[in-house]
Amino acid sequence: MELLSGADMIARFLKDEGVEYIYGYPGGAALHIYDALFRQDSVKHILVRHEQAATHAADGYARASGKPGVVLVTSGPGATNAVTGIATAYMDSIPMVVLCGQVASHLIGEDAFQETDIVGVTRPIVKHSFSIRHPSEIPEVLKKAFYLASTGRPGPVVVDIPKDMTAPTERYEYIYPKKVKLRSYNPVTRGHTGQIKKAVELMLKAKRPVFYTGGGVVTGKASEGLTDLVKRLGFPITTTLMGIGAYPQSDRQSLGWLGMHGSYESNMAMHHADLIIAIGARFDDRVTNNTSKFCPTAKIIHVDVDPSSISKTVRADVPIVGPADSVISEMISLVQGHPIAHPEALAEWWEKIDGWRADRHGKLYEPSKQGEMLKSQEVVEALCRVTRGEAYVTTDVGQHQMFAAQYYKFDKPNRLITSGGLGTMGFGFPAAMGIKQNFPDDDVVCVTGEGSFQMMMQELSTCKQYGVGVKILNLNNASLGMVRQWQDLNYKSRHAHSYMESLPDFHMLIEAYGFTAITVTTQDELEPALERAFADKHELVFLDVKVDPFEHVYPMQVPLGSMRDMLLSKTERT
Amino acid sequence: MRHIISILLENEPGALSRVVGLFSQRNFNIETLNVAPTEDPSLSRLTVTTVGDDRVIEQITKHLNKLIDVVKLVDLTEGNHIERELMLVKVKALGAARDEVKRTVDIFRAQIVDVTPSLYTVQITGDAAKLDAFLQAMAPVGILEVARTGVSGIARGDKVLSL
Repeated sequence: MELLSGADMIARFLKDEGVEYIYGYPGGAALHIYDALFRQDSVKHILVRHEQAATHAADGYARASGKPGVVLVTSGPGATNAVTGIATAYMDSIPMVVLCGQVASHLIGEDAFQETDIVGVTRPIVKHSFSIRHPSEIPEVLKKAFYLASTGRPGPVVVDIPKDMTAPTERYEYIYPKKVKLRSYNPVTRGHTGQIKKAVELMLKAKRPVFYTGGGVVTGKASEGLTDLVKRLGFPITTTLMGIGAYPQSDRQSLGWLGMHGSYESNMAMHHADLIIAIGARFDDRVTNNTSKFCPTAKIIHVDVDPSSISKTVRADVPIVGPADSVISEMISLVQGHPIAHPEALAEWWEKIDGWRADRHGKLYEPSKQGEMLKSQEVVEALCRVTRGEAYVTTDVGQHQMFAAQYYKFDKPNRLITSGGLGTMGFGFPAAMGIKQNFPDDDVVCVTGEGSFQMMMQELSTCKQYGVGVKILNLNNASLGMVRQWQDLNYKSRHAHSYMESLPDFHMLIEAYGFTAITVTTQDELEPALERAFADKHELVFLDVKVDPFEHVYPMQVPLGSMRDMLLSKTERT
Repeated sequence: MRHIISILLENEPGALSRVVGLFSQRNFNIETLNVAPTEDPSLSRLTVTTVGDDRVIEQITKHLNKLIDVVKLVDLTEGNHIERELMLVKVKALGAARDEVKRTVDIFRAQIVDVTPSLYTVQITGDAAKLDAFLQAMAPVGILEVARTGVSGIARGDKVLSL
């Protein structure tokens, strides 16, 4: 029988659970745990410079690796600093376990130093949370936390650990629980066969079908199956921002992504479709625009592992509760050997879609002319060329995020890592850090803007400490571009606080940390600078690219309109 | 439409706050809420009455079911059910009104459970409508204080909400 203190149990459990990295920041209530981590060498702790970065780094790690990200913070401000990152993971259904130190049990409720009711604070933004009440329950509670975080619809789980639970003097029996059961939690493992049959019948009879797939296909590891199914049927497919790469974007059947800034052909196809096959997508407001005008002629099949996502905003005609991978493989076996009923109608549908594609071909944006400022769009296109479309691309939030999603072509899932649901500025850089540690030989680039980057730039110090060679592409328009765009469109260009008047000299700032910075202002400088940045996979390089601040992101859906109501440029609309 | 949702909830610290928090977080209504342990000490039974159209009620039950601490739930209004609420009311009982109050208490099959020279404390059980009617009848006399438990309910017949 092995007797361990609570703190040693935590360290030991993480090892037994196969955790490689833990992102955190020490403080009083977590010190017993930190001491236990110090006395072992299986789990590597990465010391961030702000707890929010710990959660984003763990989140990036989780998205790229498919394993839960692990965070360790202290009580009070340590835990509250982590809140934004927990909410980010919650909105995008990312598996994460956040261990929070807490003041000792006898002090709880007394407004003790660095005390916060973090279980209460995080209640609406976690899948579940636990408070440790006795050291002996640590292994089982942690196992439950990992199990909950990574099964069903994944999400963050908070474990609150009062300091006395980890006291080195009190030792209890440690057994690694291989399995846990929760009587109230049984995530579905397969969809209802009758419903899947009904869905496949509709699919085979459809004349103007569109696949609309989301993050559930990516987190559900169902991309291969999806690609197979879509190719067999020959249907067009559009994905959500979170679903980008689940189906190769370079394939002809891919229409790109849909919604507020989605592609023209995606939104047009959705509006005119007679059948929407939604898988692992949740019909959120950035996709549907006005739900009462959404896809007026379409029947809707909706596959989701979370029943509460189905018919939440748009009523499904064929709801299927089940994980994407098993439902898709059942669909494939039902489709096999059954040709579609109306191949001529599908051909006509493709003609229509190709027409929409041709409409916008070469008109997406106007590239800069010699002597003009660079356009963000062409910078992202150059990035895609230089990295052969194979990099892990993280983004922050704003215009640069949309440009990265629009102009980088993703053929694999988990390659665009972005805060889609919460829209968290500051996400991209720490997320890139977390990914790079897991994939040291891949290119990892954070496409950001000078506004977002400044929200988490303290992590340059973390990168220095651990030699993390991410690339940072700063699309510097010296303004909060998306805010400014909305002000242009809705507030007669009154740019209230969207202008960054006193930016640092990024070049000097980066050099102060001992990294390489390259400033780019002209077309001639762009590709050589990118080539230089990606020459060494293990070197952090910061590209400060001065881009046109007057550029807008288009297409842009018109508020309260249908899917097809879009502004296409500053002067055109549908 | 008004719905009565009964929930078997893990008897854990914080479980109740997850249920209540869900309603405010998702902009759902709570009209009444009633919670107490069951014969199984690991479970509480919580009954909530709420108002919403079918879409809202569907979302409420789905989101409740998603809470890890919710073990099982039933929408009692989907079938035949028994609904009860208990209310304690202090009413003025002076002069002629004293007899009038007593008569009304009898009509409603309520009970006077405490008496002072100037007031009666009345205990009454029934569905919410009956309790409302009693309050309406007492209003002219003068209601001093009301304590209602909120609705509790159970399905009629063989249907049982248990593990």
